[in-house]
Amino acid sequence: MFGRRDRSADICDRGDRQLEPPVPVSEATSPWQTGEHFSKTRRGVPAMLAGMSDMPQNRGPAIEARGLVKVYGEHRALDGTDLTVRRGQVFGFLGPNGAGKTTAIRILATLTRPDEGTARVLGFDVVSERNAIRARVAVTGQFASLDDDLTGYENLIIFGRLRGLSRSASKQRADELLAAFDLTDPASRPVGGYSGGMRRRLDIAASLIVTPDLLFLDEPTTGMDPRSQSQVWELVRRIAATGTTVLLTTQYLEEADQLADQIAVIDHGRVVAEGTSAQLKARVGSGTLNVRLLDDQQRSQAKAVLAGTLGGPVHLGADSLTLSVLLATPADPTDTGRLVGHAMTRLAEARVAVAEVTVGQPSLHDAFLALTGHPASPAATDHEDSIS
Amino acid sequence: MSTPTATVSRAVPEAHRLDSLLAPSGPPRRAGALAASATFGWRAILKIKHEPKQLTDVIAIPVVFTVLFTYLFGGAIGGTPGRYLTTLLPGTLVMGINACSMYGGARLAQDLTTGVFDRFRSLAVWRGALVLGSLLGDAGRFLLAAAIVVILGVAIGYRPDGGAPGVIAAVALVIVFGLALSWLFAAIAVLVRDSATVSSLGIVVIMPTTFASNIFVQPRTMPGWLRDFVNINPVSHLADAARDLMNNTGGVGGPVTWSLIATATITLVFAPLTLHLYSKQG
Repeated sequence: MFGRRDRSADICDRGDRQLEPPVPVSEATSPWQTGEHFSKTRRGVPAMLAGMSDMPQNRGPAIEARGLVKVYGEHRALDGTDLTVRRGQVFGFLGPNGAGKTTAIRILATLTRPDEGTARVLGFDVVSERNAIRARVAVTGQFASLDDDLTGYENLIIFGRLRGLSRSASKQRADELLAAFDLTDPASRPVGGYSGGMRRRLDIAASLIVTPDLLFLDEPTTGMDPRSQSQVWELVRRIAATGTTVLLTTQYLEEADQLADQIAVIDHGRVVAEGTSAQLKARVGSGTLNVRLLDDQQRSQAKAVLAGTLGGPVHLGADSLTLSVLLATPADPTDTGRLVGHAMTRLAEARVAVAEVTVGQPSLHDAFLALTGHPASPAATDHEDSIS
Repeated sequence: MSTPTATVSRAVPEAHRLDSLLAPSGPPRRAGALAASATFGWRAILKIKHEPKQLTDVIAIPVVFTVLFTYLFGGAIGGTPGRYLTTLLPGTLVMGINACSMYGGARLAQDLTTGVFDRFRSLAVWRGALVLGSLLGDAGRFLLAAAIVVILGVAIGYRPDGGAPGVIAAVALVIVFGLALSWLFAAIAVLVRDSATVSSLGIVVIMPTTFASNIFVQPRTMPGWLRDFVNINPVSHLADAARDLMNNTGGVGGPVTWSLIATATITLVFAPLTLHLYSKQG
């Protein structure tokens, strides 16, 4: 499994590649067909491609959205959403069902127009330069899907042809992707009979038939078993490592935590918080103090002591023995230890028997609760899926 | 080194393989409108191949009506079954093709409501390509229906005086008319976005225009109001045109001209309308 550290190394590596000097045009006889050349063209030779009418004017962010509003009847699916995604990032859009995630992706992938606000994707406007965006991005997700009646192989060929590949290039690419995604055996069967994990792998493969600059993944693991989930996570990491910007939406806190370099928390069509996983956790507090008692009779006593010494609201765990307190971020980081020590002393003085004490970072679940005022469980009003 | 290396999970794509696959593909290409339409046409044909039972009507309707009318009513209407077949067979050719003209529309309506349509829309291809592709699928069905009618006719004794050129010209004329109807049903598909509704509306349009025509009987014995309808029904003109061409009775005359005018009119109204309605979606 790849940790966060591995990926930041990848990002540094990509940064280095950007600095490579452009390849002179004369060196490549057929500049459009040498893969070696592409990796450089893509990162640093806009000048050479400046003749193309739909080249982006700058190398700005992959996505820049300001004040996006989308209203469906009475429901404001997006209510002034701002978003900036840097190139090469895995950006996580975290929120419960109906928060506006799918609507945001539909607008950014040019499938829906915003009612208000502007957005540029890879430097192109989502309303006036749709085709330039469509040629460079790929959409995978709950709403963008596959042909159930056709085989996996046929699905990939069709997307290859529609992406402008020749018949033979489509076939070759389909074979390679099917092999790489371990789908060669089921490739000749209709997709309707695939398992959820196989289907999603094919779904992602279809988005990679031509490597996109930006990949939208709408809830890539919703409804998957843990094994398929970890396979898809691994795939997303590998895709990101090769330089493709990924915007993924998820309802799963762990998924955002595992995959995303940057996370935006969305609720009721607004971004309520944004930052790295660590930053979001830090915004909520410097950490959580978890206390486990020996005797459940002493919990109310312990709660009073902790509330008195640490100030914050004391959360009672589901079992009758645990308590947790969100620790405020102190001016001096060493104060956290002092505060916790002080609380432990007070508990001892009150003759409360403590079985276990831990200080940890708050979970993203804590973060969501603190930022939005409600837990990140699927909301009852599920507008997004019913509107298309 | 004898450490076990074969236990690496195959479920996760082999890293190096995927990395090389994901090398940036270079400046984006766009599929041309024709290539995209051909791809959607191929897709429509593949869907027929994977679900051949959707061809039941395409095969059954012309066979049943040709055989039934020839032997059951042929003697009564035309004197002998053989003589009647000469008039009937070009008519069942028209019927066979009209009867399956709504399938492309029904399929299109189905596509519009599924997730794969969103994915097609997210690509930089000409938007009309999906509609043109569905028409190509229809053309495939029409060719099959035409082949079945002609082969069946010849098998039960029909001898076209127009020879192969006459038959080919008639088939071409009827298919072009069928494609005009395909545009009509494509427009309905884009409007209602429900394949069952397209099929029902198809029957509502096709059945009356097929039976209230001169395909089976000449309108001499019909009441005046019905005779008037039969005489202006483009299906009657088309059946007459197919008879002229296949039986070499009138060559390229009035019925052929009227059929082409009807074809052009329906196409010129519904092709732009369909594409307009379709491009307004989303």
